[in-house]
Amino acid sequence: MSARTPLPRWADIVLLPLLNLALAFLVSGLVVLMVGENPLHAVQVIIYGAFGYGDGFGYTLYYATNFIFTGLAFAVAAHAGLFNIGGDGQAYVAGLGAIVIALALDQTHWLLAMPAAMIGAALVGGFWAFIPGYLQAKRGSHVVITTIMFNFIAAALMVYMINRVLKPATTMAPESATLAVGGRVPQLRQFFSFFGYSPVNLSIVVALLALVFVYVLVWHTKLGYALRTLGQNPSASRYAGMSNSRLIMIAMTISGALAGMVAINEVMGVQNRLVLDFVAGSGFVGIAVALMGRNHPVGILFAALLFGALYQGGQELQFVIPGVTREMIVVIQALVILFTGAMEGLFRPALERTFMLFSPEQKARAVSVSTAESES
Amino acid sequence: MDFQVILSILDATLRLSTPLLLACLAGLYSERAGVFDIGLEGKMLAAAFAAAAVAAVYGSMWLGLLAGMAVSLGTTLLQGVAAITLRGNQLIAAVAINMLAAGLTTFLGQTWFGQGGRTPALGPNGRFAPIELPFVAELSGIPILGPLYAEVISGHYLLVYIAFIMVPVTWFVLFRTRFGLRLRAVGENPKAVDTAGISVNRMRYQAIIITGLLAGIAGAYFSIAQGSGFGNNMTAGKGYIALAALIFAKWKPVPAMFTCLLFGFLDALQIRLQSARLPLIGEVPVQAIQALPYILTVILLAGFIGKAVGPKAGGVPYVKER
Repeated sequence: MSARTPLPRWADIVLLPLLNLALAFLVSGLVVLMVGENPLHAVQVIIYGAFGYGDGFGYTLYYATNFIFTGLAFAVAAHAGLFNIGGDGQAYVAGLGAIVIALALDQTHWLLAMPAAMIGAALVGGFWAFIPGYLQAKRGSHVVITTIMFNFIAAALMVYMINRVLKPATTMAPESATLAVGGRVPQLRQFFSFFGYSPVNLSIVVALLALVFVYVLVWHTKLGYALRTLGQNPSASRYAGMSNSRLIMIAMTISGALAGMVAINEVMGVQNRLVLDFVAGSGFVGIAVALMGRNHPVGILFAALLFGALYQGGQELQFVIPGVTREMIVVIQALVILFTGAMEGLFRPALERTFMLFSPEQKARAVSVSTAESES
Repeated sequence: MDFQVILSILDATLRLSTPLLLACLAGLYSERAGVFDIGLEGKMLAAAFAAAAVAAVYGSMWLGLLAGMAVSLGTTLLQGVAAITLRGNQLIAAVAINMLAAGLTTFLGQTWFGQGGRTPALGPNGRFAPIELPFVAELSGIPILGPLYAEVISGHYLLVYIAFIMVPVTWFVLFRTRFGLRLRAVGENPKAVDTAGISVNRMRYQAIIITGLLAGIAGAYFSIAQGSGFGNNMTAGKGYIALAALIFAKWKPVPAMFTCLLFGFLDALQIRLQSARLPLIGEVPVQAIQALPYILTVILLAGFIGKAVGPKAGGVPYVKER
């Protein structure tokens, strides 16, 4: 067999994802071409729509806020070797925690209501992820299946809660009472008129803090070390005296709490009430964001911005080019997950060979390795 | 509830459990061969769209069915390349397939037909018609059994009967043929199969080809039998319920049939019961019944009622030792 040397670090974390991303966009472009539209024009529209003017950029940041939270949620669990695809459901039920507290503190100030509601959302979202974590840790049920099931249970629960419990008798639409004063998170447009009418709000600051929090948690705390050990090798963490089941439950709870922050952005920052299906698939975008960002906060920030831009640009797209609807964005997102997540190995062998050709030092090492192998 | 109501609920049960059963059997082949498949939903959705689009354009249900199966097979093979050949994460591959199907069906539907993602309504040749089984008139004189045969057993689409015939067929293939033995072995202990000189990846591809074809029939059922044309997100999570049923049935064909019938029955009941009052319990919210299959699966998986243990090598790409 041919000797394989690992890629240099920068190629592994930057070049490979970019190549896979390029492939995803190429295929998306072909789809656009197939329906008889010009993909380059589409790209132009998306870029202008997402960054070209204040409103558009504000919307990009607003979408990115959600994706940072769900991306981090997926990443924290992934570091512990857990595949949490229940971010959607966790963010959805977290809306309950957010709205109940926000409504109760509506007559006070947002400085009080926002942190309190964040705790509420984190507790409920965390709890919704804790159960699958508990079942994985103590009963051995696969966390993937349980979180899928919990997404559906969350959907049913929320329809019931919104229609039967939270809906005021006077409203017809399935939604909770409206937040009027303290329950509203300040909008960035109140400080910078640049953002026009876009809904980007203070939650984005929380999202940026969450990025720092996750970075410190995963790489600079004892708990983070334990979580990564569990993710890399569960037997190693067990022999090192860590409690794997405890770590699984902690990782899932943190993951769910992070996903729950989406509720703050949506409920208190944008809708000012709890509405049906406010998460709108953000949990699944978070999977793509985390995969692309290699589960690292810096990567997640850029990936979330990219997807935020795609979402906002996609909205614009359907006005400018009627033939291309915003579902095209879901297609791009799926292709990104496919190529950067599942088909990650597509370019790796070729890339490894290329690097061997161009690096004499590595080539020498590879030759020595392969001779050592053939001798043994 | 009088007898007529019970009959109509049972009739609806068969109709609603058919796509679940087809998808569940589809997943059975894949998972028994060691390839986890949470992508059933996407395959069905893609197939439902393809079937409706082709049936609408060419006015033939058979072409529609073929198109549905072909598209489902294509998506399955794409997933297979990622998960088997490239040894990528099977779950991520499936999540991507589900999203791809959700996005592409709506996108192409809108650009091709311009009806907000719907396909045009189908003519009589584009859609499967209910089949009247023989002897309905002769048996109608018999009390209970007569109406049961006429209302519940007879008068379904061809695909319903195909689904239920597939149950014994699947059982036979998996447990009484050499192919089935090898397929199950690949899911339990691929190394042993490899040692015996059989290609693990080849076996897995064969298994997922069957998965793709069956999921294709399931998808086509939604749009060209039960419905008349494709609508956005038509499968509405049924692929995940089928997955739940598969786990609930502990990856066995005959229990899979009964589980799908149970879930189909819950669905039929839920439509019929729209917040009816039950004795003792009081008013049962529809949402509680809707969530029941998922809750039951979680409880079963947690081992509170029996234990569901999947194929041992499930979810792990096979790496041949050097």
